[in-house]
Amino acid sequence: MITLTVDGNEVEVEEGSTVLQACEAAGKEVPRFCYHERLSIAGNCRMCLVEMERSPKPVASCAMPAGNGMVIKTDTPLVKKAREGVMEFMLINHPLDCPICDQGGECDLQDQAMGYGLADSRYQEEKRAVENKNMGPLISTIMTRCIHCTRCVRFATEVAGVPELGAIGRGEAMEITTYLEKALASELSGNVVDLCPVGALTSLPYAYKARSWELSHTSTIDVMDAVGSHIRVDTRGNEVMRVLPRINDDINEEWISDKTRHHIDGLASQRIDRPYMRGASGRLAEANWDDVFAAIAKAVKKAQPYEIAALAGDLADAEAMFALKTLMDTLGSPHMDCRQDGSVIGKQGQGGYLFNSTIAGLDEADAIFLIGANPRHEAAVMNARIRQNWLNSKLRIFRLGEAVDLTYPVTELGTDASVLENLVSKGGPVISALKRAKRPMIILGAGALNRKDSAGILSSVSMIAKTVNLVTPEWNGFNVLHTAASRVAGLMMAFLPAKGGKATADIMKAMEKGDIKLLFNLGADELDFSKRDSKTTMIYIGSHGDHGAEQADIVLPGAAWSEKDAIYVNMEGRVQHAQKANFPPGDAREDWAILRALSAVLGKTLGFDNLDALRAALISAYPVFGNVDTAQPARPKVLGRKQAISDLPLTTAITSANGGSDNSRNFYMTCSISRASVTMAECVKAFEANNDVKAAE
Amino acid sequence: MSISRRIADEQPDHFAFSAENKKRIKAIMAKYPKNRKASAVLPLLDLAQRQHDNWLPMKAIEAVANACDMPEIRVLEVASFYSMFNLKPVGKYFIQACGTTPCWLRGSDEVMRCMKDKLGIVSGQTSTCGKFTLLEVECLGACVNAPMVQINDDYYEDLDYMSMSDLIDRLDADDVPDAGSLRGRQGSQPEPEPTSLTNVVDFKDASTAKKTKASSKNIKAKSVSKSKSVSKGKGDDHA
Repeated sequence: MITLTVDGNEVEVEEGSTVLQACEAAGKEVPRFCYHERLSIAGNCRMCLVEMERSPKPVASCAMPAGNGMVIKTDTPLVKKAREGVMEFMLINHPLDCPICDQGGECDLQDQAMGYGLADSRYQEEKRAVENKNMGPLISTIMTRCIHCTRCVRFATEVAGVPELGAIGRGEAMEITTYLEKALASELSGNVVDLCPVGALTSLPYAYKARSWELSHTSTIDVMDAVGSHIRVDTRGNEVMRVLPRINDDINEEWISDKTRHHIDGLASQRIDRPYMRGASGRLAEANWDDVFAAIAKAVKKAQPYEIAALAGDLADAEAMFALKTLMDTLGSPHMDCRQDGSVIGKQGQGGYLFNSTIAGLDEADAIFLIGANPRHEAAVMNARIRQNWLNSKLRIFRLGEAVDLTYPVTELGTDASVLENLVSKGGPVISALKRAKRPMIILGAGALNRKDSAGILSSVSMIAKTVNLVTPEWNGFNVLHTAASRVAGLMMAFLPAKGGKATADIMKAMEKGDIKLLFNLGADELDFSKRDSKTTMIYIGSHGDHGAEQADIVLPGAAWSEKDAIYVNMEGRVQHAQKANFPPGDAREDWAILRALSAVLGKTLGFDNLDALRAALISAYPVFGNVDTAQPARPKVLGRKQAISDLPLTTAITSANGGSDNSRNFYMTCSISRASVTMAECVKAFEANNDVKAAE
Repeated sequence: MSISRRIADEQPDHFAFSAENKKRIKAIMAKYPKNRKASAVLPLLDLAQRQHDNWLPMKAIEAVANACDMPEIRVLEVASFYSMFNLKPVGKYFIQACGTTPCWLRGSDEVMRCMKDKLGIVSGQTSTCGKFTLLEVECLGACVNAPMVQINDDYYEDLDYMSMSDLIDRLDADDVPDAGSLRGRQGSQPEPEPTSLTNVVDFKDASTAKKTKASSKNIKAKSVSKSKSVSKGKGDDHA
């Protein structure tokens, strides 16, 4: 520890801290533009000048290592004068367009100019003007406003791992640009908007839509992937205007993916805002609640318990799934599944399907073996974390599966899944690297778990885990990378085939044969229901008119994620409470409330009248849901029996779900909401164009 | 100025290092550790520019990025930072004229005016004949012989309106004069005559034969410089 004095108060900081961090520890605010906690230190804005004893000039506190016995002053006239000088230079070329700038009201430069700006300008010469750059469909650029802090450049290079941004020219002619003005090809590009301390980089889809002081903020949880990023939803009236990250060091640090940030225009389009029922003409027609409930009651009465099934989709919240499961139990049907991708995971206990090392554990890993996983597209924020670890340590990464650029070097083992059998019997460099590692990790992607031979893959991995000592009392290196926000909650409450029940694939087959006559579909949109028998009835409960609703006979309007208080469990088993930010449109209701109302019509009234009662019932049935905001890793079961693995190539989940090899499409559009988003469609278009250029070269 | 305006409109489709330059690249790369290939970016950009008529097309930037294992934008950052790298085609004679204080005090404005008069170009322009390109640059470190210009690789010093005019005429006829002071000054020796080391001792033994030759040349140069008056200030030399 280092002891130094800041404004007369002694503070202790860790070795390797900077003077700026020491000042913050002492509770002194130091203005800054270029310094950012999660980026490398540039020291080029000079705004953080402080006075240091025995130094003739003020020093840039962000770049000055704290030393024992230093005496720092942050509030002397000299410091104020120095900062005013820096601010004056900064404002020389900064336009005075705050009234039309989207950053206005939440602008670092604006705020700090209040403290250190002069009342009027002494600058008589012409200001410089810089041409705007094309940075893709998500980032609006007004480069005249740029103060060259280079935060965006450092973010793209260090965190996003796409070194495409740079500062060309020098002095007054310096400009920030991408190479030949290509769009920034990163899943995390939206974060540069948050990082930009001025209005040079702002959000393009949000441009000129709202002022920051008009918005109400709701702290909630993201559902676009299974990471469960902490986000803040900004609404004006009932409209979701934007999504910003919240800081959570255990999960998303302070980044979110572009899908999380920009899919929100999809929340307002393609909405199911009233019940629909397929009429005599065979087309879906508007209906009212009483009629659709009566129709459902009739269909339920006609069907035997074992002819009823339920599927839960990727965005379903825990309450809705629990309500549906309870309803299925009371109806006496064993056929239910929350794994619409056909994954085999879930029966091996909690340790067998969680991301047991935890996301923060990625920082400590020293060898990672990816099996059928593409973290860059399946959990973009997590991938940045792996990259950070790789940058800072000697982390080695191996991969069995599709060779996709992950922004860090990977040792490829090919795509042939049966390689795993060889690894078990003969070993190899991966095995010895994992054995040597103190914190080894195996990350199983969803792409490895929805195959016919997934049981074999699981048992092989289990054997490898045993040989390399993957799970010790201090460390649990067995990880499953989920892609759906609903999945872990579903597995935790065993929204799975009960005794004698059918799993997703069997339910689909039975529907083709007509063995299953009635399906409750809770937002499962990634399945093809077109082949089902014409006599079967599908009831779709969901928010968006997508694949599921299109094929349904009865459509019940549900609330989208921003419109309900709900529980989601991320891939670490972290139970998180999402908050309601706005109201569902029209007749749409929260899914659990629809099911509760329906149960009364069916004469099987569920035992909860409000959300609190439902949650109490959920926690008493599955106590794991009572442990909020904590990762709940568990030891995976050791699977002994070895089963054969076919040599079918391993694909990653997102690619296989959409059946294409175009990665960008598969990142931006993975669920009913993102498919309804115009912004996401534009991203697909922009990055497809980029890919075409690459292909042509 | 956006990037599209910094670089040439017409870009070649292809750039590859010549076989000879590839050998040189190997030699340059050998100086640096294997994981520090980016260290070679400046010499490689220089090689590329020399190979390609004194300017760097984007394909050359990409070739250098490839060789140095760097992202393209990082190489472009370097190439656009240094005024010595040209991202647009330049004339056969690329004139970098110093306009920094010492040269300016000694008459760099007159040198610029000469080029404006004779070639019709100011900084950043290429003459209509396509032979000359002018760029005003910051100090090139030859202040003792100010004002000066750098033409391709050579410094031409002690300039004024007339000598710059002669220089352009000779270059136009591709009669490239010797580099250095155009007033015949030896290096940056004091004018009108040396004030120190005036007693050169001649050693007769063979090992100092070279030195003797040099000092005799020195004396010759001195006599030339005597005949001309020393310029005393800005712009009083050409009248």
